[in-house]
Amino acid sequence: MSLEARSRPARKVDAEVARLREDFPALAQKIGGKPLAYLDSAASAQCPRSVLDAIFEQQGMNHANVHRGVHYLAERATAAYEAARDKVAAFVNASSREEIVFTRGTTESINLVAASLGGSLLKAGDEILVSGMEHHSNIVPWQLIAARTGARLVPVPITPAGELDLEAFERALCDKTRIVALTHVSNALGTVNPVRALTEKAQAAGALVVLDGAQAVPHFPVDVRDIGCDFYAFSGHKMFAGTGIGALYGRAALLDRMPPYQGGGEMILTVAFDSSTYNVLPYKFEAGTPNVTGAVALGAAIDYLSRLDREAVAAYENGLLAYATDRLLAVPALRIIGTARAKVGVASFVIDGIHAHDLGTIVNDESVAIRTGHHCAMPVMDFFGVAATARASLALYNNEEDVDRLILGLERARKLFK
Amino acid sequence: MSDLKELYREVILDHNRSPRNFGEIENADRVVNGVNPLCGDKMTLYLKLDGDRIGDARFEGTGCAISIASSSLMTERVKGSTIEESLDLFNDVRAMLTGARDPDDRMEKLAVLAGVREFPSRVKCASLAWHALKSALTSDKSEISTE
Repeated sequence: MSLEARSRPARKVDAEVARLREDFPALAQKIGGKPLAYLDSAASAQCPRSVLDAIFEQQGMNHANVHRGVHYLAERATAAYEAARDKVAAFVNASSREEIVFTRGTTESINLVAASLGGSLLKAGDEILVSGMEHHSNIVPWQLIAARTGARLVPVPITPAGELDLEAFERALCDKTRIVALTHVSNALGTVNPVRALTEKAQAAGALVVLDGAQAVPHFPVDVRDIGCDFYAFSGHKMFAGTGIGALYGRAALLDRMPPYQGGGEMILTVAFDSSTYNVLPYKFEAGTPNVTGAVALGAAIDYLSRLDREAVAAYENGLLAYATDRLLAVPALRIIGTARAKVGVASFVIDGIHAHDLGTIVNDESVAIRTGHHCAMPVMDFFGVAATARASLALYNNEEDVDRLILGLERARKLFK
Repeated sequence: MSDLKELYREVILDHNRSPRNFGEIENADRVVNGVNPLCGDKMTLYLKLDGDRIGDARFEGTGCAISIASSSLMTERVKGSTIEESLDLFNDVRAMLTGARDPDDRMEKLAVLAGVREFPSRVKCASLAWHALKSALTSDKSEISTE
């Protein structure tokens, strides 16, 4: 994942990865007569045909409510849903399927942990460590539970390069630290954090570790047991599976002790007006009819990624990031925000004298899609002293032409604002 | 896509480069802080009233070209107008920005803001200054947001 591997991938690998683009129907479209250059996958990624087909088949032919029906379609739907859970468990190398809870996405996953674990564990004076590069979804849930329990949120600063200040992290860990909530990969900066080492240090201090993996899983394999974290959250739509689905990995022993998050059907064993009993894992945390189609889509996206040579894809993405970085740095008055040594394909930048919003609108006229604004990371914007950045993000289906078109769009913006 | 030329017309670019009435008013009669949380546009509007007229209007802020130009054009236009005229103008501008109405001659220079109609995500950038104006004149709140 290092920018330092600047050598271009072998031509053969390039061509193979380039062919992957054809798997994604959305990318073939033209907007205003110009082919789409989609550089916003960090916001949401496009789906390959195999995922779209799986959605169509599940919703079209295998649809029924799950878990309790005795009819044939219900059994098919349940099998499809639970097969998807097995795929997720294998995808992150969980110890068992009981450790995978389907949610709406990373945000809901973190809220679940904050409310249920945080709510039962935290007392006044306890500390929750977060980093200065967190997405709002890994800040606000902790603020909410801190307010309820009297615990304190302790942010750990980042460096001007956009890396976690490791010394400050170690200094912040103390006997009051109960929970450490960190992002594996920063959506605003692209920074890849050394989560294995950070988890080790945090757990040595007696804290539980919750990782936001939304921006990691699309780019490289994640092994939660190797990392050693207690919880790992991610979203389907960032990894080519479509919206409305995500997952939470949690250690079985912890999930077992945690109280339910949402109540309702599916998460109970028995219900009576004086008291109810709760279902076993992971169902205790899945109230109501789940997003069955979404889970199946997530499973299909996992299948898609598993069929790829992920190392080759990562090398391709790194090469493309290096290319994009070089081209961006050649644009006058452009400054890249987020220059960590270890990054995924995210390039956040500002241009002197042109607001990010205007950049985004102008490159959009060239059919180039980037994201502009605070990227749900206002503390990051404040740290770098900018109101907003423009962000181009790369996925396995992007190519040099996409980057070239972005640069052309930026040139057009510069001419307009001269 | 020539819509972009409609959005970034020369008047807009000019007012962004050299915003009119930029700065604060000491002892202002009305001060309103406006923010566009989606993109980080921020502005503070200062008004000095002269009876029922706006004697002076100035603004400070950071933001995209559309928001800066809109603030500049707005302050330029309302100076000397009565409160009632300005509130009417607010309604007319809002209708124009959202495409509910076409710009007419009364809009004069403000008609350049109409380009934003083809760019729904940018309407709030243009309307921030006008919401701040309305708030300042009706004394609702001193902090407003386009949400």
